[in-house]
Amino acid sequence: MFELNAQSIAFIVFALFSLGGALGVVTTRNLIHATLYLILSLFGAAGFFVLLSAPFMAAVQVLVYIGAIAILIVFAVMLTRSMTRLSDIYNSQWLLSAIVAGLLFVLLLVGVILPVWGVNGTQAGREVSSIVTTTVDLGKALVDQNQYVLPFEVASLLLTAAMIGAIVVARDDKE
Amino acid sequence: MNDVCSINNLTQCLLDGGVSPDLANLLTILGGVVLVATVPLVTVIFLIWIERKIAARVQDRLGPNRVGPFGLLQSVADAVKMLTKEDITPMGADKFIYNLAPIIAFATVVLIWAIIPFTPLHIGADLSIGILYFVAVASIGTVKIMIAGWSSNNKYALLGAFRTIAQLLSYEVPLVLSLLIPVMIAGTLGMQDMVRAQGSMWFVFMAPVAAVMFFIANLAETGRAPFDLLEAESEIIAGYNIEYSGFKWGMFMAGEFMHAFTAALLAAVIFLGGWWGPFVEQVPALGFVYLGLKTAVVYIFGLILRSTVPRVRIDQLMALNWKWLVPISVANVLITALLLKVVDAIGLAPQSGDFFAHLPQTLVLLVGNLVLMFGVATVLRNRGRAQRLVDEAAHPVEHEDAPVVAGAVGH
Amino acid sequence: MVPLWMFLAVAAGVFCIGAYGVLSRRNAVAILMGVELMLNAVNINLIAFWRYVEPLNMAGQAFAAFVFVIAAAEAAVGLAIIISVYRSRRSVIVEDVDMLKW
Repeated sequence: MFELNAQSIAFIVFALFSLGGALGVVTTRNLIHATLYLILSLFGAAGFFVLLSAPFMAAVQVLVYIGAIAILIVFAVMLTRSMTRLSDIYNSQWLLSAIVAGLLFVLLLVGVILPVWGVNGTQAGREVSSIVTTTVDLGKALVDQNQYVLPFEVASLLLTAAMIGAIVVARDDKE
Repeated sequence: MNDVCSINNLTQCLLDGGVSPDLANLLTILGGVVLVATVPLVTVIFLIWIERKIAARVQDRLGPNRVGPFGLLQSVADAVKMLTKEDITPMGADKFIYNLAPIIAFATVVLIWAIIPFTPLHIGADLSIGILYFVAVASIGTVKIMIAGWSSNNKYALLGAFRTIAQLLSYEVPLVLSLLIPVMIAGTLGMQDMVRAQGSMWFVFMAPVAAVMFFIANLAETGRAPFDLLEAESEIIAGYNIEYSGFKWGMFMAGEFMHAFTAALLAAVIFLGGWWGPFVEQVPALGFVYLGLKTAVVYIFGLILRSTVPRVRIDQLMALNWKWLVPISVANVLITALLLKVVDAIGLAPQSGDFFAHLPQTLVLLVGNLVLMFGVATVLRNRGRAQRLVDEAAHPVEHEDAPVVAGAVGH
Repeated sequence: MVPLWMFLAVAAGVFCIGAYGVLSRRNAVAILMGVELMLNAVNINLIAFWRYVEPLNMAGQAFAAFVFVIAAAEAAVGLAIIISVYRSRRSVIVEDVDMLKW
């Protein structure tokens, strides 16, 4: 079932990046370190996209998330430094949220993922197709009038609105 | 094994030698990685020498000429000096990310070399998304500046890092927009396919405005003149890498020189036809020579520009980007997309691969670009004229050709 | 090929860790980082399903592209709001922003 070839080694490495980075984000006290762990986790996800034959998504992940959003988060951390050191980083219901998150993970894994796609699941016997579409097909799908041109235009409108909104909200009103 | 085991058939040689296919593939890839990553490291030494020589000649002096013939070993002497300097870590600095920043600085530049097609046969990794990979790696470069500025525990380093990141993020927009033009003309994102599409006509003739935009945006992205206020020694003393000394600073500097050379290399590949030249199909090794010559032309032009043009201020830099480069790039994308569709619709699209088949499309695109440049020049002239009139009304100019009549009463 | 459920398990793990981060941290920027982790996990899920179940239909990749767009827009506006709140209240701890509380 699980042979040790180049793909599985790459999967293990990227899974360690993703999960280790995510754990680092929620446990570290220093927010700059948390941002660096977030970059590590996003990098792991980009590796997953390459493994899943979606190189365009991987490049866009690095470009948008790591190159723009992570830098934005670092700027926000630096501009909102509090003068006093926080005594604790978790609020009063951290134990309850840990239990809820753990239960959610167990529920997802045992209740949904393994019964359907696991080794003995109902869809276990599917063959993975070796024909995948390319970036050209994605480009065509995004501007095809029968496919996704409308969400594409709405998304660009959303980005324009978000850009203007962010500039207006964060502007210094003293002038 | 009848033929010589060389780089070209390393995989086959390893397979013949009884190595398993996975391992043979891995060893070939590792060999390619070592080769492609060593060339920039060696080239940096030569680049520093040529930069100092050309800057010196422009300033009417000689440049390094003592160490080695023509001063070629000067960079080696500098490297030895940097290696023997004391390695200072500022107090209160975050040790892990303080040491990580120079490594990322050099690594993100060497990573770009993976997608550059040197000859028709040799390329590090023929990704289908080559150009997007270059943009993604260029945007990781901002991370290193942030962590270098932050971990130095120095507020001037932090301010320098803020300004550098503002400049880099702003100039990514015209960089990506001007890269859209060759992608539209070639119809592909892959680098080797894009070079092959330039077999009859280089893209610089089809899209000169895009080439100029790409060059200017790269000058700003790599922090070269005239956009080098962030490490201007006379102003804010090295900006975000104030606290770095010795070899770590050397890594930052080497990364910056390497980035400038890589940007020139990419301009040569994308706009100047890459490895195309006479007889390159028969003798693929000539591709190295042609690519090297084209890169040298672009790089030396950048060096002469560096020694000639004065530095821009930070507000002039931002105004130049958001008020001029971005609208021009967006207009360029619109005009080129429209003209390409028009050329396709009226049947002038190049069907075959020879020079004259590409000529109509080239002329149409060239006319479009000239119209755009004419429009920009007109706007600039009108604004300059209005500004000059405002300035002259405020400070009247002494006219030297007013006749001084002998004996006239002074007024 | 790695079986599909391993990709889904990793994505579920990242999602739950992000959910824990959102529910238990006090700093607003840290909560935003948890939200980004959750959106990232959703993207991994979408692309994994696209590849294994229906690789010829571009809906998977298009959906993931729109999730990118929304995550970027939300991060920009969210951080602008956090900076604006910091300017008036000098604090980004979410428990201190309680002016509308009864």
